[in-house]
Parts: sequence; structure tokens; C-alpha cells
Amino acid sequence: MSEKKQALQVAALENGTVIDHIPSDKLFTVVSLLRLQNSDLNITIGNNLPSKKLGKKGIIKVADRYFTDEEINQLSVVASNIRLNIIQDYEVVEKKEVQLPDELMGIVRCNNPKCITNNEPMKTHFHVVDKENGILKCHYCEKEQNKDSIKTI
Amino acid sequence: MENRSLVTIAEHSKEKILYMLEMAKEFEKKPNRKILDGKVVATLFFEPSTRTRLSFETAANRLGARVIGFSDPKATSSSKGETLKDTIMMVSNYADIIVMRHHLEGAARYASEVAPIPIVNAGDGANQHPSQTMLDLYSILKTQGTLDNLNIYMVGDLKYGRTVHSLLMAMRHFNPTFHFIAPDELKMPDEYKDYCKKNNIKYVEHTDFNEETIKDADILYMTRVQRERFTDLMEYERVKDAYILRYDMLRLTKSNLRILHPLPRVNEISYDVDESPKAYYFQQALNGLYARQAILCDVLGITLDDIIEDGKK
Repeated sequence: MSEKKQALQVAALENGTVIDHIPSDKLFTVVSLLRLQNSDLNITIGNNLPSKKLGKKGIIKVADRYFTDEEINQLSVVASNIRLNIIQDYEVVEKKEVQLPDELMGIVRCNNPKCITNNEPMKTHFHVVDKENGILKCHYCEKEQNKDSIKTI
Repeated sequence: MENRSLVTIAEHSKEKILYMLEMAKEFEKKPNRKILDGKVVATLFFEPSTRTRLSFETAANRLGARVIGFSDPKATSSSKGETLKDTIMMVSNYADIIVMRHHLEGAARYASEVAPIPIVNAGDGANQHPSQTMLDLYSILKTQGTLDNLNIYMVGDLKYGRTVHSLLMAMRHFNPTFHFIAPDELKMPDEYKDYCKKNNIKYVEHTDFNEETIKDADILYMTRVQRERFTDLMEYERVKDAYILRYDMLRLTKSNLRILHPLPRVNEISYDVDESPKAYYFQQALNGLYARQAILCDVLGITLDDIIEDGKK
């Protein structure tokens, strides 16, 4: 109930998605991963809001838009504790957590400067080999790397 | 069409590896044939490599194929800024197979995804070099009569040496015991030791290299300790002579021991070892021809039966 109240402080959403518990320094990475900068939907972005868990957090509300699991799961690369609230008719009808998917396509850059993906105009491709520890393996150069050490595209 | 490219040996099952070694054996019996008559093999060497290229080109020629390609990327359009994809697409119009060596890791995988014809990886940076692994396996099988339950000693640069990494992964099917002999700076990376643990492969690490450490070896796989691999040149000076194999070190070794080396050697095997019947590195290089003949046929979908049948002609 109190979560709903806080959501209402920013702007009431009739239908859409609230992306909550985004670490403040990752807010704009999340915006760009979801390509919201090019969207003409009604979007409210808040940052540095007080959070019990994170100290400060970012929040994004997108009206009339529901994300696929694939879109949501790529966010796990930047922050594993992001929560999504699905809103219909002003009510939270579903809560979702992000999960590291099995494959990451075109989301993160390979750390290996000698990898073909850093030298050709092509999509990167990673296999998630260890979800618990966030270990990714480049499909091309086969180097294993930790998700915390790699940059998004 | 199913992509029959050879990018890494790690994708091959035990059965597939043994099948291809069986093919290599047929080519050893009769290396000159016409089984690839009318085919064009392109050898694209974006990074120079004389011996691998000569071996592949000899394999193609001895099977009746024609060879096109380049061995110096400076003379090609990639120096004008053409992407790898464009080069591969262009050459795919002309050839039936592309054999490629590239300095970037993952280049062969990417090429195999964009090309309509099979790609054979002849080395992609520090990543994979599967034809070397096939010839190493063939050499081990031929000299030991089996691939199972062998004591394999790897010596020298185990950190950057891709040949030892690929061989290690390919041997997982055959219950080997590995001994890793290297200076601290060039130790087998944790990644591969974890791989051994995961696959129940036994291994022992040593920093000493002497007649006592190697006396139980069936295979002694020597590699070059390269100066440019060291951040600390003092360390290089200290270890460079510690990993040289000398004739007198073979005194206690088993009679079936064979010494392998991917070549080129610099000074890590002293010349007096060449006299020993246990030295096998030059025959090993010749086995590369048969292994590569098998690879060229396999990526084109030619089967062992086809090769046996062809051998009767």
C-alpha cells in the first residue's frame, strides 16, 4: 500500500510500467537500454529519490507501455535489484524482478580489445555461463568476464 | 544448409574426433588423390603464417583442389578498410571453402556465421587453432596406439600457448593425466585448471623441469617461451634456460615417450635431442598434412566411406 502511495507522489499512471529501485548512477543507462530517449510516450523520470535499500534510487514511469521479458532481463546486466510494477487502471496488477537471461545480444561490449566484436560493425553476443556470479562468455573470442566489469553499448 | 565450418575443436564429440583421425589415417596411406577435383580452396591469411598456410595449401593441392588466396594482408582490401564480412562475402563467390587465419579473436566464428560456404579456422589470435589440435591428436594416437589414459606433460608457455589450451580441451574425452611445467609468469591459467576440475581431468603443476619430473611421461609437449610475453625481463633472463629440453634429460624416460612441439622452435629443444628416436616434432608437422586433408574433406561433407572408396581407385 505504501509503495503505491509513493508512486502516486510523482504522477499517477493509469496504465503502463513503473521501473523502480534503479541505482541512481544507472538510471540513464536503463533509459538508453530501453531506448526511451526516442520514445514519444508519456514518461516520467525521477532520480536521487530516497530509498531504504539503495540510499538513493531512480524511478521511471512509462505510460501505456509494457515491456517483454527479454527487454526487462537485459536490465539485469546493469542492476540486479530493479523491480517492475505493471499498472492497469491505477492498480499494480503484477510485479516483476529482472533475471539475467541465458544470452545477451548487442547489450554489452566485450572487454577483450582483440575481440572481433570490437573491430567489426557487428552485434555482440554473450552466453551467461554462471547466473549466480554473473559470469558472461563472449560467443566470439570465448573470453569469460564478470558482468560488473563490462560496459553497455 | 547445415554449417560444416570448423571453428573450434571443443565443439567436436569424442566420436567425431576419432572419426576425423580415422580419415587422416586413410590420407596417410594415400595422400595424393583427386577427391577435391574441381574445388577451389581460398586461403585468407590476414596474419602471416608460413607453415600453417603451406600445410593447408599442400593438403588442398594433393587432393586435386585449386588454391586461391593471399598471405599478406597489406596487399589486400582489408588494408583499405574493408570489413571482414565484406571480404568473406566476396571470396565466398569464388571458392568452395575458406581457410582463414586472423589476428582478431572470434574472427573465424563470425566469418562462419556470415559466409554461405564452410570456414576452416587456421588460427584466430590467441583463441583457437583446431587444425593444430587435430594433428597433435593424430600424432599422439599414432605414436601411442591410443588416446586413452596417457600422461601428458606440457612445458614452457602454458599461459599464452593456445595449442596447449586446445589440446587440453580436446583430450577431455580420453582420461589423461596432465603435468603442467612452467615458470610462475607463464603458468596454466585458472580458467583451464577449472576446466580440468569440471571435467575430472587430473593435473599436477611443476616449476622444476628435470629428468626426474618427466620420467613418467608418455607425451612431452614442448612450447616456446617468448621474450615478449614477459613484463619483467629480469624474470625472462632467469627462466629462459630453465625450460630447455636436453638429450641427457631423456635418460630415465619411458621407451614410448614422444616429444612434440608445434614449431617453430627457437632454443627450447636442444639440437642433440633431434638424434633421439623419441623426438617426433618433424613427423608431427607431416601429420598436419593428413589432418588438414581430413578437415578439408569433412567441411565439404565428404565422409570416411567416400574416402575409403576413393582410395580403392
